[in-house]
Amino acid sequence: MVPQIRSPRGSSLMRWPSFASSPSPFLTVRQVNLPGVLKDRTAIVGIGQTAFAKHLEPSEKALACRAIVAALDDAGIDPSEVDGFASYTMEETDEVEIAKNIGAGDVTFFSKIGFGGGGGCATIGHLAMAIAAGQATVGVAWRSRKRGSGQRPWTNLVQQLPTPAQWSRPWGLLRPVDEIAMLTRRYMHEFGATRDHLANVALACRAHANRNPNATMYERPLTREAYMAARWISEPLCLFDNCLETDGALAAVIVSAERAKDCRQPPAYVHAFAQGLPTQHHTMVNYWNEDPLHGPSWSAGQLLWKLADFTPDDVTVAQIYDAFTTLIPLSLEGYGFCGRGEGATFTEDGAIEIGGRLAVNTSGGGLSEAYVHGFNLINEGVRQIRGTSTAQVEGAEVCLVTSGEGVPTSAVLLRR
Amino acid sequence: MTEAEVQITNADGFLLPLRDEDGEPFWEGTLKGELRIQRCASCGRLRFPPGPMCPWCRSMESDWPVMSGGATIWSFVVAHPPLLPAYAALAPYNVIVVSLDEDPTIRLVGNLVASEGGPINEVDPATIRVGEPVRVVFQRIAENVALPRWSRV
Repeated sequence: MVPQIRSPRGSSLMRWPSFASSPSPFLTVRQVNLPGVLKDRTAIVGIGQTAFAKHLEPSEKALACRAIVAALDDAGIDPSEVDGFASYTMEETDEVEIAKNIGAGDVTFFSKIGFGGGGGCATIGHLAMAIAAGQATVGVAWRSRKRGSGQRPWTNLVQQLPTPAQWSRPWGLLRPVDEIAMLTRRYMHEFGATRDHLANVALACRAHANRNPNATMYERPLTREAYMAARWISEPLCLFDNCLETDGALAAVIVSAERAKDCRQPPAYVHAFAQGLPTQHHTMVNYWNEDPLHGPSWSAGQLLWKLADFTPDDVTVAQIYDAFTTLIPLSLEGYGFCGRGEGATFTEDGAIEIGGRLAVNTSGGGLSEAYVHGFNLINEGVRQIRGTSTAQVEGAEVCLVTSGEGVPTSAVLLRR
Repeated sequence: MTEAEVQITNADGFLLPLRDEDGEPFWEGTLKGELRIQRCASCGRLRFPPGPMCPWCRSMESDWPVMSGGATIWSFVVAHPPLLPAYAALAPYNVIVVSLDEDPTIRLVGNLVASEGGPINEVDPATIRVGEPVRVVFQRIAENVALPRWSRV
């Protein structure tokens, strides 16, 4: 006999977010925020990076040190002045090793953010908050990774993910690409997205990489025909829907707006910062809530625009996390550049290429520049604000940078 | 059990569920041919994946009723290499997510199989459709582990 099950839709205890109209009780809490406490109080004044390649000889630690010192040199700040650090929980080299090797002084703030590629922009945001609050004066965020020559994380058989892998892996849903392909198929089913839309994303990133001599795919053009003929990885996603596998490191230096005036480079002000972990979210295997396609971008986006003096209409360039092509249409929706289900059609007619409505991933992104957990998107956001990108968007006053959709995420809005 | 004693794969190299306290009743059920889902003993809502507290009413009491076994396909993928060796040998194979008839937000990862004991690469992927009705079947993959999979109604 089947027991009586009460439908969650009919329950008086229903707490699923109501996407259409009425604000949820959670949002009421946010309304007592003090918008503007962080606004333009800090700036990214230095960026640095190593070469990007499938295989680099130096260790992750050595690559991290090089990128960090390059970023400090870019800013004109001596490494001994660094007193704040932020990175990803997946970063292998810890703050002690970095501080020791670069010759930092007394460090008074250090923070690590979880959930893989979702933590990128939060490294900037946490340092911005720390500096605005007086906990540090010179902050360094970094990511160093030998993902190209290292082991693929999904081949680790004992690793338990935030949502335990016992509910997905035994059936052969083994890799991140499988987990996102599952959401992709559903997205296609619900909203009529097609492979042509995903190709728009892959081709836009590749076209931008073809202008960037530092990009892995600088000299490797991609055609729609080649995209359509590519081998499957996890249907409906093919090879070119997947990011690169890269060795490399990047770093950024953050100081107060006041200190920024004395640095070598024009500041990229941290105008707004947000993190997002939606209700009943399950990271990459986000299959267990009312609306799995309503992901972390929506939570982060809601707060980001609330804290900003700008709206999506003011933004003409964005660096959007692209471990997989699907994440870009989903993020376009979450950050309010288009309506629900419209992210795929947004990519039509060159809208996400240079000269389009919103130029996306102007250095090539994770799909075609380098995949270093999205930190290259941060550095490219800074270059857009400085006006030094190899695919510069003229008159870009602000640049949105986002971290991984599909995991607890983060975003920053940089401004000139 | 020490870490060294945890069995990661079955004899054929397929991953076994790394079971935890919260999910144990689910796996005890599948061994008996029952699809059991955690239900809050206070407010009556089903929840999955299982956990110690009901997120709706914060009760820590729960029971595990047997589901009807009926579901519909919510989404699916067809996996191609690179994959772990045992899975690569079967590729391309399908992985599906189904919505249970009792509550469409309770979804389970599984495979669509042609028959109760059939392999996960037997159904032609080109014929799989989102929204297809399916019914649970159970396949023993180790002495103490049975996986729920799904066959067409």
